[in-house]
Amino acid sequence: MSAITAEQVAHLANLARIDLSPEEITNLTIDLGQIVDSVAKVQEVATADVPATSHPMPLTNVFREDVVVPSLSVEQALSGAPARAGDKFRVPAILDEE
Amino acid sequence: MAKPELMDYDKALELFEPVLGFEVHVELNTKTKMFCGCANEFGSGANTNTCPTCLGLPGGLPQVNHKAIESSIRLGLALGCEIAEHSRFARKNYFYPDTAKNFQTSQYDDPICHDGSLTIELESGRLVTVEIERAHMEDDAGKLTHMGGSTGRIQGADYSLVDYNRGGVPLVEIVTQMIEGAEHDAPEIGRTYVAGIREIAKALGVSNARMEEGNVRCDANVSLRPRGSKVLGTRTETKNVNSLRSVERAVRYEIQRQAAVLAAGGTITQETRHWHEDTGITSAGRPKSDADDYRYFPEPDLVPMAPSREWVEELRRTLPEPPAARRKRLQADWGFANLEFQDVVNSDLMDAVEATVAAGASAQSARKWWTGEVARLANAAGVAADSLVQPAQLAALIALVDAGTLTDRLARQVLEGVIAGEGTPAEVVASRGLAVVSDDGALIAAIDEALSKQPDVLAKIRDGKLQAAGAVIGAVMKAMRGQADAARVRELVLERAGTAESGTVE
Repeated sequence: MSAITAEQVAHLANLARIDLSPEEITNLTIDLGQIVDSVAKVQEVATADVPATSHPMPLTNVFREDVVVPSLSVEQALSGAPARAGDKFRVPAILDEE
Repeated sequence: MAKPELMDYDKALELFEPVLGFEVHVELNTKTKMFCGCANEFGSGANTNTCPTCLGLPGGLPQVNHKAIESSIRLGLALGCEIAEHSRFARKNYFYPDTAKNFQTSQYDDPICHDGSLTIELESGRLVTVEIERAHMEDDAGKLTHMGGSTGRIQGADYSLVDYNRGGVPLVEIVTQMIEGAEHDAPEIGRTYVAGIREIAKALGVSNARMEEGNVRCDANVSLRPRGSKVLGTRTETKNVNSLRSVERAVRYEIQRQAAVLAAGGTITQETRHWHEDTGITSAGRPKSDADDYRYFPEPDLVPMAPSREWVEELRRTLPEPPAARRKRLQADWGFANLEFQDVVNSDLMDAVEATVAAGASAQSARKWWTGEVARLANAAGVAADSLVQPAQLAALIALVDAGTLTDRLARQVLEGVIAGEGTPAEVVASRGLAVVSDDGALIAAIDEALSKQPDVLAKIRDGKLQAAGAVIGAVMKAMRGQADAARVRELVLERAGTAESGTVE
């Protein structure tokens, strides 16, 4: 039985500014619940003799040289924004939820 | 906002012991951001330095900037830190529009640097060793501008605008251990510690270290405990204190404010507080508990780092002389009095003076010109003094004064010419025709003419009233358009008037 509730999903969706329909909330609650349950299963087999790992690839020190590459144009950068003002992203007032 | 009550500072210290902690963010001056190739630059047009990675768009993949790791390790080494053999990034999850990713890429349980210290010297000569718990890497957030409302501040804003150019710029966050025993020096310790970090970052060249541009930012933690108590008081965290003076003021203010609350039987709320530079007060921000759940987890898009010991040792060999030691050495070399030296340090002109001395000027002349005329011109132009003229040029100018080619007054005109881009000091002297008239023949002709026009003055001088010579000297200097050595003119005037002072004792 998962601990994820529809209210939690709705709250997260609101924080992330994702518009979800009631059906989507219902489906995501089930999906996320299953993911949590699956992780719980993995935790059952992760006993003390299994070292914790943060990455499946046995790699370290993968670096990029400090060289500038072209950025997006301002128009490209803002193309997905729900609202803009000039060249800036426009977002709702911030502290109203606290 | 009601102005909170403050307790007298000395009284507060009598009743309570302050305990401090600082988090200093140092913005690295790499060419690119921490995890993408967007330019890391201050002052470009809004949202011109963004890409899918730093905007948190689907498909964006972070790649660690090698130079940023190198800078972080060097900064850690300069602070006496251990460099972790194994280190990794973690996501710090939060919803706030200053990060488009909905998380900050930071470090949690495996910071790159840990267990260092910085010893600072207060004005009284007291040495304080600040223990450093960790120095970890993270990316900076974008810049928010709060619009509408009456104040332009976060409270009461109608909406906010975001520029993500700064989002993803590499930061090193240096976290101190709890600082106990600060006592009355608490505010000065705050200021001196942050100044020390800034100075080291600058000496290493890993940051532009300009506080006014936000390259170095300080969060100050302050708590009070009653005298005799072993139990720590509740702390507040004053965010983004962005000048050295403000660090000092904010710490002092929080001590006085908390003492008043506690003495009146109140309790301190564990919260972040905002520092207001204009009014010199802090105001409540959001409540913050130790259990703040950022849901940290290892960043799955980045593999761990394992800086080799060889690399660390190689970087250790690149460390410059520690700034505090360098200051002591230079003051001794230059023979400056404390006030003279402080003047140079506070004006951020130590490098400039050092380079000018290296180019052949005497230390006192270099100091006099940098903190005097150059600083004055820079101030008027609103720029940093060391951006106005090259040390070698100034040394050349000083050499011309020493050689008697220029008086101080002429030299100031030549300096203006050099700053205006008219060439080297020698070129400006030639093109503007500014050299001192050192041809005695020309001076004597002018003196004789002036004396013949002012026979009364001549009579006074011959009467022994030497101060009367001033009128003639003035006339000659005017005739020479100021391009004469006034002392030499005076000698010649007296000589021509027949009252040469040579060999006489006044």
